[in-house]
Amino acid sequence: MHALLDWIVLVACGWLLIGLIGIAFSRQFLLITRLLFPFGAALGLLLAALALSALVAGPQVRILPLGLPDLPFHLRLDALSGFFLFLLGAAGAGISIYAAGYFRRGEGTTPGQQCLRYHVFLASMAFVMLADDGYAFMVAWETMALSSFFLVTSEHRHAEIRRAGYLYLLVAHIGAVGILLSFGVMAGSAGDYTFDAMREFSTLGIWPTIAFLLALFGFGAKAGLLPLHIWLPEAHPAAPSPVSAMMSGVMLKTAIYGLLRVSFDLLHAQLWWWGVLLLLIGLASALFGVIFAAVQTDMKRLLAYSSIENIGLIFVGLGLALIFKSFLAPNLAALALTATLYHCLNHAFFKSLLFLATGSVLHATGERNLGKLGGLIHRMPWVAWLALVGALASAGLPPFNGFVSEWLLLQSFLFTSGLPQGYLNMLLPVVAGAVALIAALAGFAMVKFYGIIFLGQPREEKLAQAHDAGRLERIGLLWLAAGCILLGVLPNVVIALLDPVTRLLVSGGLGAVASSHGWWLLAPISEDRASYSPAIFLCSIALFMPLVYFAVRRYYHGRMKRVAPWDCGFPLQTSRMQDSAEGFGQPIRRIFAPFLRRTREHPSPFDTEPRYHSRVEDPFWYWLYLPLTRLVERGTRIIAFLQQGRIAIYLLYSFVTLLTLLVLTRG
Amino acid sequence: MIPTFLHAIPLSSQVINLCAALMLLLAFAMLAQRRVLTLINLFMMQGFVLFVSTLIVALTTNQHELLVSAGITLVLKVIALPLILHRLIRKLSVKWDIETLLNIPTTMLIGIALVIVAFNVAQPISQLSGTITRATIGIALACVLLAFLMMITRSKAVPQVIAFLAMENGLFFAATSATYGMPMVVELGIALDAMVGMVIGGVFFFHIRQQFDSLDIRQMERVKEG
Repeated sequence: MHALLDWIVLVACGWLLIGLIGIAFSRQFLLITRLLFPFGAALGLLLAALALSALVAGPQVRILPLGLPDLPFHLRLDALSGFFLFLLGAAGAGISIYAAGYFRRGEGTTPGQQCLRYHVFLASMAFVMLADDGYAFMVAWETMALSSFFLVTSEHRHAEIRRAGYLYLLVAHIGAVGILLSFGVMAGSAGDYTFDAMREFSTLGIWPTIAFLLALFGFGAKAGLLPLHIWLPEAHPAAPSPVSAMMSGVMLKTAIYGLLRVSFDLLHAQLWWWGVLLLLIGLASALFGVIFAAVQTDMKRLLAYSSIENIGLIFVGLGLALIFKSFLAPNLAALALTATLYHCLNHAFFKSLLFLATGSVLHATGERNLGKLGGLIHRMPWVAWLALVGALASAGLPPFNGFVSEWLLLQSFLFTSGLPQGYLNMLLPVVAGAVALIAALAGFAMVKFYGIIFLGQPREEKLAQAHDAGRLERIGLLWLAAGCILLGVLPNVVIALLDPVTRLLVSGGLGAVASSHGWWLLAPISEDRASYSPAIFLCSIALFMPLVYFAVRRYYHGRMKRVAPWDCGFPLQTSRMQDSAEGFGQPIRRIFAPFLRRTREHPSPFDTEPRYHSRVEDPFWYWLYLPLTRLVERGTRIIAFLQQGRIAIYLLYSFVTLLTLLVLTRG
Repeated sequence: MIPTFLHAIPLSSQVINLCAALMLLLAFAMLAQRRVLTLINLFMMQGFVLFVSTLIVALTTNQHELLVSAGITLVLKVIALPLILHRLIRKLSVKWDIETLLNIPTTMLIGIALVIVAFNVAQPISQLSGTITRATIGIALACVLLAFLMMITRSKAVPQVIAFLAMENGLFFAATSATYGMPMVVELGIALDAMVGMVIGGVFFFHIRQQFDSLDIRQMERVKEG
């Protein structure tokens, strides 16, 4: 059975090898795009299959003869890492095959270098999930951050992309410091950096809380939790689309994995207020993300904010699971955790799908601005229909996967009334209501995203030349869309697969409940309270959709008369008269005006070519980051007084230090 | 007639004490010296004294590792480094007088104060140490501090490098006198450090001169940020 872990390590090494071959033959464009990237995708599939079997197999450990002397890398494969490896492999396969068709010659970095960075990125994520000591984890984690930084700055000739990359690197490193300190606190009592030792020794007093908060800070920075989210809307639009898809779909989940590992596996006792903290931060992130997604005018930025929203929802689920676990309700904790993990998987699929679709749109039109797109469903039917799957899943509509996990999450809220904490019982229904609001607003944002890009008439003339995605890109999109549908239609299968993970973390599972009703009916607690049958939904949709379609065609279209209108102020209709991205988002902007920081210019009424500008900015820049920057600058100016620029003075510093120390030791 | 207190001290110790005194004297001489060529010669003499004292310690205490140390000292500090320095100043044609940031008498006064401090500080260490050379620890520390002072007060790059090397001499002397020498690994490391420092310094001389047409490190103030 130990072979499983070895095979997974081999897959990761295979990715590294592909990267090295890519850089060695960086001039062989066809070799890289037609052979190496698809091969990487095949390895992703293999990894997914291996990880699936790892879910049921017991934990396996290995010690790699790598690393520093006396400090080898420890690897461990258990159900939790198996699940996240499955996510990496399955979503990564689709993204890789898409990337094979996406990377072109002469765009920013050469494909050979992209190939190396991309596959190092994949391999490092696999090692993050396998690592079993703090040292190996940090090495893999930093490799992941660095390789993704280089991927983000692929088109480093643009100053704004360099700026976005720098911001990303900065936040990633600050977060890494938090993680390192957290490991340090846990290792402090264990005396050893292996996770085994951390599991064995329980820290006492305030130390577990400190470790947890540091881990929350560190992993929150990577996941894009609220005050640390600023890199996400900058880095995602800057990166090439497959990279954005990989970062949003998979890399953010490594942070979830890390927090799960630390808070559920390595730390012994969970305090209930940790869960409340997670819940509130997650809720704030989700609300913030979805409001900002609704008012964006850049399509990739919109998706980036939507990622913040989804991560927020995942943290809400995590917080709920933590609360239930601390109150010793393993079954409810398992329900919340299942919803969380399910949503991780779903988000990996639909968000990657949407990011890749924006990549195709970007390639076809060269535009990221929603205000200059429109009507692409006629020119790019493949991309448009597959993106529709992703948009519906992201909006949380049945029968797609987004619905199932959000439904499960709301279900787990409905069972909170029995908790022995009065305030919690009052708080949780409010949170549940907010989650429902978030789901609705997410639907709004997706309608905006899809409607403005693909429906209506083209807003620019050059859109008529748009071409559909190539064959490899279509395969990638198809794979992810199929995943969205399958995950939505077969929830019981997925929940049964998640059973070992929840058993490992909260010692409770939904596997038995899920399988007791057959594959077609999902009833997480009991059939009388709530159940969902994707099959019935699918059948009724399959039945009613054509019915409505033909009825409309038959009765409505047939009766419509085309007569010369008396115009009524519409002597002609142009594409400029359609609802624009700004116009569509206007109600949300009005309602949530206090949260947004907005600058706009109204044209003068006498302007013959009126232009309307409106810019919505992240208020956190002004509330948090700019004051922080000023503080740092003031501090450095004080310290800069030491820098006199004369070597003699510098030498004098060390001389005086030496003398002082000597005299001190004497006394 | 020989004073009675000298009878208690064996000859080897007396020679070592003499060497220590010479070291200190040479350190002061370097501090006071204005000419680069003489400075290099003084440095060479200091290296030789160090070699002699290490050799005597090695022979009297039968520490064979110290013999190797002494050999390294001879090769590196008495022969190689002075040669390199001579070649360097010939190439750079910088045989001029050294400008100091403080005038020489003031520097000497500070140096005397430093020696007092060094003796004061070294007293508890020499009481702990059981070696025959323990009386010289204070002197060794004083050599280190004096070389450091020289590094601070010189404004030209070449004398600074010499001061750096002289500091290393003092350090080595302190190690020999306190514990019969450092472990071989550390010693080799330090010797290598001195060598590398020398090479880097050499490279820097050329760059500084190319950039500023002078070897005066006060020019470096312009490089400072902001």
